[in-house]
Amino acid sequence: MQKEILKKKGEEVVLLGNEAIIRGALESGVQFVSTYPGTPASEIGNVFHQMSQSGEIPKSIYFEFSVNEKIALEVAAGASFSGLRTLVAMKNFGLNVASDFLYPLAYSGVKGGLVILVADDPSCWSSAQSEDNSRGHILKAHIPTLEPSTPRECKEFVKLAFNLSEKFKIPVIVRETTRVAFQTEVVTLGEIKKGERKAQFIKNSRQFVTMPPRVLEMHQELLEKIKVIREKISENSSLNSIEGRPAKLGIIASGVCYLYVKEALKELNLELPILKLGIFYPLPEQKIKKFIKNLSQVLVVEELEPYVEKEVERLAKDANPGLKINGKNFLPEVGEIKPENVILAISELTGKKTKFDFKKHQADFQKINIPKREPRFCPGCSYNLVYSTLKRIAPPGTIFGGEIGCYMLAYYPPYEMQDYLYCMGSDISIAHGIEKASKQKVIAFVGDSSFFHASIPSLINTVFNKSNPLIIVMENSTTAMTGHQPHPGLIGLKIEKIVQACGIKNVKIVDPVNVKEFEKTVKVFLKKKEVSVIIAQHPCVLI
Amino acid sequence: MNINFSNKHSQKLTPKLASNRNFNGIIVGTGGQGQITLLQILAQAARLDDLDIKTSELHGLSQKGGPVEVHFRFGEKIFSPLVKEGGADLVIALERQEAIRACYYASKEAETVFLINDLALTIFNQKPRTKEEISEILERFSEKTIFVPASDICQKELKAAIAAGIFLISLASFEGLLPLRPASIKKAIQKNIKAKYLELNLKIFELAKEKAKII
Repeated sequence: MQKEILKKKGEEVVLLGNEAIIRGALESGVQFVSTYPGTPASEIGNVFHQMSQSGEIPKSIYFEFSVNEKIALEVAAGASFSGLRTLVAMKNFGLNVASDFLYPLAYSGVKGGLVILVADDPSCWSSAQSEDNSRGHILKAHIPTLEPSTPRECKEFVKLAFNLSEKFKIPVIVRETTRVAFQTEVVTLGEIKKGERKAQFIKNSRQFVTMPPRVLEMHQELLEKIKVIREKISENSSLNSIEGRPAKLGIIASGVCYLYVKEALKELNLELPILKLGIFYPLPEQKIKKFIKNLSQVLVVEELEPYVEKEVERLAKDANPGLKINGKNFLPEVGEIKPENVILAISELTGKKTKFDFKKHQADFQKINIPKREPRFCPGCSYNLVYSTLKRIAPPGTIFGGEIGCYMLAYYPPYEMQDYLYCMGSDISIAHGIEKASKQKVIAFVGDSSFFHASIPSLINTVFNKSNPLIIVMENSTTAMTGHQPHPGLIGLKIEKIVQACGIKNVKIVDPVNVKEFEKTVKVFLKKKEVSVIIAQHPCVLI
Repeated sequence: MNINFSNKHSQKLTPKLASNRNFNGIIVGTGGQGQITLLQILAQAARLDDLDIKTSELHGLSQKGGPVEVHFRFGEKIFSPLVKEGGADLVIALERQEAIRACYYASKEAETVFLINDLALTIFNQKPRTKEEISEILERFSEKTIFVPASDICQKELKAAIAAGIFLISLASFEGLLPLRPASIKKAIQKNIKAKYLELNLKIFELAKEKAKII
């Protein structure tokens, strides 16, 4: 598939949403790309990585896997401040990690176009941790945001995002969801534009120093910028478009939900007016008011929290106080929306019967005893030895701490050895807190990529504030869960040296295949009064 | 080797793809059975047959041996990448127990056909369902259920059980269960399979053609 991305202008190729994002960046003359892997955004980094290694894309495009998403965004900002068109890609949790920097970045703005691709994952198809909705950060940080529905739109919206970012000197988010990122369709390719800008950081403390009292002026300037983008762009853009015939019921939708609405209307043989919102922030308030003015009911179709619905409620107070606003009263707030949810909502609101009895089908389906098949470690994975050994020898009552990564599969039978599981970097700190509070023993598992991502400060904290969890770094020489991306350990950074430099004396590298040695080390380290670290070193079976 | 129909309908079904009629397909199986490659081939083949396409796949956690379900839709104009509940024309199951999960998308009304690889991958701590148990459930949600020992056939003839998916989509096109010309499937295989494995996969395609005659 990868070669399809690089075909000539005018060719029609089948692209995944994520591939279309990449092509859009190439057609925009992108010169700098950074990311930390996270599905559903992982392919973007993988493909750029492969293409830059193979020389398939011009040498003028710099790519890096950064150590975490906050760093990826900061690095990208540096390139943008120096004038380059820059893309940074991450999943929703990545935006949480990067958010500390995102807020002041919106204040200062950028120079070269900076596009942040964020992939949300309603239904958590490839996410543990939480069903995050990036719209929360977007509203709070005031970042203009485009939401494509299809791969074609992914490509076009990225190009528009670069232009918007450069025109208004502001970072722009392109927010996709799993069903957009992993949707394919035929996309017509445009010209790949070779970025030929020469980067230079020109000092401008008025823009790049976020100190008070200037920072308050910057806040004001940001709000004014958003006002202009709302009036000049959002209100006039064809990305926010009204279609269909006037009727009493109108529908507002964005992202993949727009496609479900189109499908539902076809299914029900109805023609209703639709306001498709391609720009989530800032919303086109006048256009929404105009759309709802003559309606008696509106249905807002959006996944997760009702951000647009709340805005419509606010705008209706002025534009159409009698309007009945529907959204989460018909559609789920948890889990992704499916085509049948939209069909049923519209059917109920219009009284138009569905040809198919969904309710009966649901009931029949629920009667079936569905096989429960859970993900597991790959055959031959050395993690099996870590968990089977520990299950056998850990003292009763030992708490097993985890975080996201392959080792979270130890949650499932036969191991059932993840007593808590949160974001990267949290595992060791929670262990410290438990030990300080309750004196219970914790064995905490950390991946090698997540060790570099966020674990080092937590490790230092256990030394600084004196607790003694046993930390097991599952060192498999890759970022396995997201598709085998490289990490700093692969260029010679030694985890054991970093651990020692943090002030930890009890550190040992053991291959878990040497079960006896692993067992002995665990037993010795569990008795230590200070924190100890075992680096369970064995390459991923898939590399 | 016999390819058995598990119920009484024995007439060949012809794909109904009149204008304004979309074709809805689901492939289920477990992580690592090659669903994404199959989607790429189907999408390419549909393009060669001048159909609008949409597919939906999943990556990441779901690939680690858990259930994987992907969607493909062809027609004049496709919007949604997802097949709606009870709306599948064809379910291809790469593992027979996983076919049960796909009943969500299957129905008598849509005249769903199940094309099932007669392969049972064990689930930890669970007794595998027998073919009869599976058939009994599927028949409530389908027009027709076809079990084919695709992995066994591919293993026996070409020592390539892993190519069962290619065998099944090829067989589906020869059997008229897919609205795609076998020649387009063949071209799409040539376009999507790495050079190293191409010859083998083309043999699998020919094998499907032979077996289709037997049905």
